[in-house]
Amino acid sequence: MNNLEKARKLSVGKLLIYVFLSLTALLSLFPFYWMFVMATSPSSAYNSIPPTITPGNLLVENFKKVLNQIDFFHSMWNSFVICAVVTLVVLFISSLAGFAFAKFAFRGKNILFAAILLTMIIPPQLGLIPQYFLISKAGLLDTLPGVMVLFFLNPLGIFLMRQYISESVPDELIEAAKLDGCSNFRIYRSIILPIILPAFATLGIIVFTAAWGEFLWQFTVLRDPENYTIQVALAQLSNTRNVDFGMIMSGVFWATVPLLVVFLLFNRLFISSITDGSVK
Amino acid sequence: MDPVKANTVTNKVKVRKKRYRSEAKKDMISGYLYIAPFFIIFAIIGLYPVLFSIYLGFQKWNGLSPMTFAGLDNFKVVLTDPLFWKSVYNTIVMGIMGTAPQLVFGIIFAYLLNLAFLKFKNFFRVTIFMPYITSMVAVALIFSVLFSDHESSLVNYVLSLAGLDPVNWGSSEWGTKIAISIMVFWRWVGYNTIIYLAGIQSIPNDLYEAATIDGANKFQQLRFITMPMLKPFIVLTVFTSTVGALQLFSEPTVFLGTSAFTRDEAMTIVMYLYRDAFKLQSFGTASATAIILLVLISVFAAINVFLTSGIGRKRRGGQ
Repeated sequence: MNNLEKARKLSVGKLLIYVFLSLTALLSLFPFYWMFVMATSPSSAYNSIPPTITPGNLLVENFKKVLNQIDFFHSMWNSFVICAVVTLVVLFISSLAGFAFAKFAFRGKNILFAAILLTMIIPPQLGLIPQYFLISKAGLLDTLPGVMVLFFLNPLGIFLMRQYISESVPDELIEAAKLDGCSNFRIYRSIILPIILPAFATLGIIVFTAAWGEFLWQFTVLRDPENYTIQVALAQLSNTRNVDFGMIMSGVFWATVPLLVVFLLFNRLFISSITDGSVK
Repeated sequence: MDPVKANTVTNKVKVRKKRYRSEAKKDMISGYLYIAPFFIIFAIIGLYPVLFSIYLGFQKWNGLSPMTFAGLDNFKVVLTDPLFWKSVYNTIVMGIMGTAPQLVFGIIFAYLLNLAFLKFKNFFRVTIFMPYITSMVAVALIFSVLFSDHESSLVNYVLSLAGLDPVNWGSSEWGTKIAISIMVFWRWVGYNTIIYLAGIQSIPNDLYEAATIDGANKFQQLRFITMPMLKPFIVLTVFTSTVGALQLFSEPTVFLGTSAFTRDEAMTIVMYLYRDAFKLQSFGTASATAIILLVLISVFAAINVFLTSGIGRKRRGGQ
C-alpha cells in the first residue's frame, strides 16, 4: 500500500467517525429542538401528518396557558430556595467534616469515615416511609424545609472535601497557623475555606443539580400547589383531562432553559464535577 | 455546638510537652465537633428511618391505627403478589435494555472523543452530556410527547415512513418498556461517557508509546492497554448503573402520567412500593418491599461487579 492510498483510507475512517459523532450529537440535541417546536406550536399541530418540525409563533401564548395551569414562577422560586439552602448547608457540613477527617487525629476516625462511605450505598427508598412520618411528626409535611432536610444528608460531600483538603492544604500551613495562636475554627475559616473554593464549585454543582432534579421525595412530601417545586408542578401538567402538548412542552421548555444556559456557560465545570464526584 | 467556643477554652500552657498534649486533645475535640453535624443528621434522617423500615417490615400498619406484629406475613403477601413479580420483571427488563447499551456506547463515544485528530471535541462532549443536565421530569415529559400513542406522534410517524404500524408507547407491554429504556439511555449515556473519558485520559501515554515501539497496532492497543486499564471505571459504572436501574421510579411515573399506578406494563419495584405505601396505605408491605429491594440491589450489584471484574482475568486466562 503506498502512502497516498494509506492517507485516503485514513481520511475515510476519519470522515466516518465525524459522521457517527455528528449523528450522535443530532440525536442528543433533537429532543431539545423538538421541545421548542412543540412549545411554540398550537396543540393541533400535534395531530397533523406529517408532524410539524419547524417552530411556530405561540411561544408566549402557550406559556400563558402554563401559567393558568400551575404557578410556574412560584414553583421555580421554591425549587431555587430549596437548592440554594441545601447547597450552602451541605458545603458547610461537608467541608467542616472533611477538614476534620483530613487534618485531625481522633479515635475511631477511620471507622467513622468507612461508615460514611457505607451510607452511600443505602438505596434512598429504604428509608422513605419512616422519613415521611418523621417529617410529618415534625410538622414539616408539605413545607420546603421538609424537602430540604433529607438533602442535607450527603456523604459524597465529605468524601470529596476530605480528598481535596488532604491534597491541597499542606500540614505545615496549619502548624504555622497554630503556632500563631489560631483556633481550629479560625484555621477553617481563614485558611481552609479560601483554598477549597474550587472544590466548593464542584460539590456545589453536584448538590444543586441533584436537588433540582430530584423527584420521588419532593413528590411525596409536597401536596399543596402553593408549595410545589418545579419538578412536581411540571409533573402535574400532564395530569389534566385535556392533554395539551403545546402547553406541556412550553412548561418544560421554560423550566429547562435557565439550567441549560448555566450549563452551556460553565460546561467544563459541570463535566469535571461528574468525574471529580465519581472517579476519585 | 459552637466550635469557636470549644476551641477558645484553652489554658495557657508553659511547658512544651504539655502544650503538645493539650494541642492534640484540642484537635481531637475539634475533630469530633466538626463531624458531629453530619452524624447527627445521619442518625435522625438516615439510620433511624432505615432501622425503622426494617422494623416496619414485620408490622401491619395503615399509618393511623396502632401497629400489630405480623411476623413474615408482609413478605408472604408481597412475594405471592403477581404484581410484585411483574414489577421485578419490568424493572430488570428495562434495566437491561436501558443501561447495558449505555455502557457499550459510553466506551465507544469516550474512545472517539479522545482521538488526537478530532476537532470540535468540546462541542461533541457537551452535546452528548447535555441530556444529563435536564431534569428527569422534563425528559420524561418530552419523551411522553415524542412517544405517544397517537398515530401522528413523531416516533410513530417515522415508523410509518418505514412501513411499520404505530405502536401504543403509553399502554402496550413492550411499547412502554422500549420507550422508557430509550429515554433512560438518552439521558444517561453522556454521564457514562464522561466517566470513561476520564478513565481513558488517566492512562499514561508511555504505555501506548511502548506498545507502538513493540509494533502493536491501534486495535491491539485498545484491547490490551485501554480496556484493561479502564476496568476499574467499567466496574464503577456497572455498579452505579445496576443500583440506579433497580431504583427506577421517576421516568416511568412521569412518562405514564395518570396511568402510572393503575397499569402494570411499566410498573417498577419502587413504583410498586410507592403505590403500596402512599396509594393503599399499606406501610407494612411497602417496607417489606423496601427490604426485598435492598436484598435484590445487593445481590445484583455483587453479581454484576463480580462478572465485570472477572472479564479481564478470563480473557487473559484464555490466551
